[in-house]
Amino acid sequence: MKTRIAIIGAGVVGASIARVLSQYEGLEVHLIERNVDAGMGVSKANTGIIHPGHEDDPEKHPLRAKLCVEGNRLWYQWTKELRIPAKWPGELMVALEEEDIKVAEYYLELAQKNGVPGVRLVDREELLRLEPNVNPNAAGALWAPTAGVMSSPMAAVALTENAVDNGVKFHPETEVRGIKVENGEVKGVETNRGFIEADIVINAAGLYADRISAMAGIDHFTIRPRKGEYYIFDDDAGPKVRRIVHQTPTPTTKGVYVITEMNDGVMIGPTAEDLPEEAKDDTSTTREGLEFVWEMAKKLVKGLPPRSRVIRTFAGLRPEPPDGRWIIEAYDDPWGFINVAGIRSPGLTAAPAIAHYVAEELIKGKLDVKLTKKSRWNPYRNAFWFKALPREKQAELVKENPSHGRVICMCRTITEGDILDAIARMKKMGVRTITLDGVKLRTGVTGGTCQGSFCRVRIANIIARETGVPLWKVSIKGEGTEYGIGDIKVLLRGEEE
Amino acid sequence: MRSEYDVVVIGGGPAGLAAAIKAKELGLNVLLIESREFLGGIPMQCVHPGFGIHYFKEDLTGTEFIHRIIERFRELDIEYYTNAHVLEVAPYSYRHKILRIVTEEGLFEVAAKTVIYAAGARERHMFEIGITGHRVAGIYTAGEAQTMMDIYGVMPGKEIVIVGSGDVGLIMARRFTLEGAKVKAVIELMPYPGGLTRNVVQCLEDFGIPLYLSHAVTRVEGKRRVERVIVTKVDEKLRPIPGTEESIECDTVVLAAGLVPYLKVIEKAGVEIDPVTRGPVVNSYLETSVPGIFVAGNALVINDLVDYVVEQGEEAAMGAYEFVKNGGLPALKWRKLVKGRNIRLAVPHYLADTKDVTIYARVGEPEENVRLRFPEIGKEIRLPFVKPSEMIRVKLKREEIARAKDRITMEVVRDE
Repeated sequence: MKTRIAIIGAGVVGASIARVLSQYEGLEVHLIERNVDAGMGVSKANTGIIHPGHEDDPEKHPLRAKLCVEGNRLWYQWTKELRIPAKWPGELMVALEEEDIKVAEYYLELAQKNGVPGVRLVDREELLRLEPNVNPNAAGALWAPTAGVMSSPMAAVALTENAVDNGVKFHPETEVRGIKVENGEVKGVETNRGFIEADIVINAAGLYADRISAMAGIDHFTIRPRKGEYYIFDDDAGPKVRRIVHQTPTPTTKGVYVITEMNDGVMIGPTAEDLPEEAKDDTSTTREGLEFVWEMAKKLVKGLPPRSRVIRTFAGLRPEPPDGRWIIEAYDDPWGFINVAGIRSPGLTAAPAIAHYVAEELIKGKLDVKLTKKSRWNPYRNAFWFKALPREKQAELVKENPSHGRVICMCRTITEGDILDAIARMKKMGVRTITLDGVKLRTGVTGGTCQGSFCRVRIANIIARETGVPLWKVSIKGEGTEYGIGDIKVLLRGEEE
Repeated sequence: MRSEYDVVVIGGGPAGLAAAIKAKELGLNVLLIESREFLGGIPMQCVHPGFGIHYFKEDLTGTEFIHRIIERFRELDIEYYTNAHVLEVAPYSYRHKILRIVTEEGLFEVAAKTVIYAAGARERHMFEIGITGHRVAGIYTAGEAQTMMDIYGVMPGKEIVIVGSGDVGLIMARRFTLEGAKVKAVIELMPYPGGLTRNVVQCLEDFGIPLYLSHAVTRVEGKRRVERVIVTKVDEKLRPIPGTEESIECDTVVLAAGLVPYLKVIEKAGVEIDPVTRGPVVNSYLETSVPGIFVAGNALVINDLVDYVVEQGEEAAMGAYEFVKNGGLPALKWRKLVKGRNIRLAVPHYLADTKDVTIYARVGEPEENVRLRFPEIGKEIRLPFVKPSEMIRVKLKREEIARAKDRITMEVVRDE
């Protein structure tokens, strides 16, 4: 008999768990997601940093400290296997004032305790050699060479796609309404699309993990949203930084980061603003938040690109548990229920390690489920982007299929072939509604200089053609976000609604 | 596709088509590359009149105007590709540029003696004009909304707020109204409308659409789609004044907040950029700082009239002809065009006394009863008014340019 597992939430944490579980025999894994696609919640909007692992005190947060260091190592392998765009430029924690050096020294100590390789202090002179755009008055920095940057929105969809390829069933647009418990044991999950039987339910519902947990009767915690606002500049706007640059944390602020993100644009942010519990969907930017980021970033680096070169501002929400403590637990009552809740920073970094921890320590250890590796498990995802291929390969592709020769997103050089490939992958993964955001997450279209004003209509048109939906009804991110309201004469005919 | 051309034109809109036609008429062999699936560029989505008054001496719609140009282009049997994208323009030598092009038929590398870049402009979007709030459905640039409506037949929304009162914003206000939508307001940052008075009257006043001057949309709110915008008064430095916020219910925001030359490809080739026009720095042949790369149309400077765009395309073609004929432009003494009082921008940036030149300029502030003056060459033109929204187009003769030693100042002076 198979052990049935339901994972609630296809963010980077839930999808990582699904991927890890997909390598074992005898499991039937269901990945349940409220949104139209994987990675549309917390995972969609963050700094995308793979932390080196020296920011947690192993005495205060032992699990977090351990899983972050492990997660960093695992991502190095996972990003390659899954073709998630990533780079590893290392990180400089900059001491702006002389007294901040003490703070940097404290983190050096944590790095030693956590076993983070390569971390050391650098003086001003070396700092400016490593990173000429840093504030020349900075006192020095802590250098952590293992830090990386990745395309975090791409991560959750890549993980889910690979999990599905290995037998996991993905249920998008499926909202959990209850968790069935009988005789102190978990029996399954009630959803808007019916009942999903399960022997084990894993709650990885991000900002909503408190509500899901309460459905299983565990209601001793709440998750509060913490907002982070960001700017991204155009890919050719400088000055840039080569490494990940941030400020030594202070009791009041962790400071903002200045990085060069995966698409080569400088990114600055985030803020850290605690919102009330009910504001779990408030991803709006604010004038105050953005001004704060600007001022902080200006202290960190000598120069920012001009404001006129900003191509996007955005805000994301991070789940903040009580006392900042991750809640990763399997319970006796109800037996079979596992919380992976309140996964605040460095949750993105730790996700692969969290997934292994859940499988090995909780499912195998605590719940005593036998885990046997499949003889055949495919760790790879064969994604490609036309622009990243060598010229000969590009020429071959165009010859095979002319759609690869049609560049649709000019700012980012994304072809119709790339878009068709993304749509096919979405269908195969089990996505019900092919959305503009889904295509954006997978290809990068509309994320460049023009933010889609040239190409969005053309992409919507391709989606309409491939899915048989009228153009106006193609949605940005699901119901209520349709591209238009009808054909051009809809209002004149008086057929509203 | 052959492997070497006298001129490769990038962009199949009015500037590019006009450049290709002129170049062909001058006897050059020409290749034109267009990224969209059809020729014609932006006029293809302009079903309103106001095109061609100078060039054809007739008031045409955008589509009628471009149809005539495309007809002429077809008659000349000029080689062209649609759905084609230029990945790179590499200045290989003074005489040759190597272009890497991807099309449905394959990848090509071609050499060109000259390149005319006429890829137009992009629209400014909400993130670069300081609009905060929710990123929801129902936010479009004017060009996107126009393409949706007039090329793909889709209605963007019902209750609309337009940001920007330039001609594009004004014309879109009328267009939406004629399709049955309610335009709730047009919001303008400056204390005066950005478009022609004629358009303010015909597109707003005639339909009772309110125009908010000295206001900005500072925030968009909504859960899935736009539900309202927050509009704030601005002070004389264009900063929002706290406490003046007002909410307007709507389901759609259309941004007509201006255009920026779209230069990705030639910027990488190393052309120098004018920070004010955000287009390339050019001489009177419309040649950029990379010899043999010419530029025309909205990629050069944001124009008000398609007639000017076509004129620039032809001018660039004549420049390319000179370049091809002589193996490069002759060594010349260039006079710098200096922006004097109330001149915000002016192109070309360098003038020589080898040919007459047309100068396109914009003022910084509106003024009445002024003179446009070129002190070094003793030229003055009386103007009843100047406005930032209306381009000044003025010709300097080669003899006039010859009178200046090393600079020619252009300035607006008051008439007293």
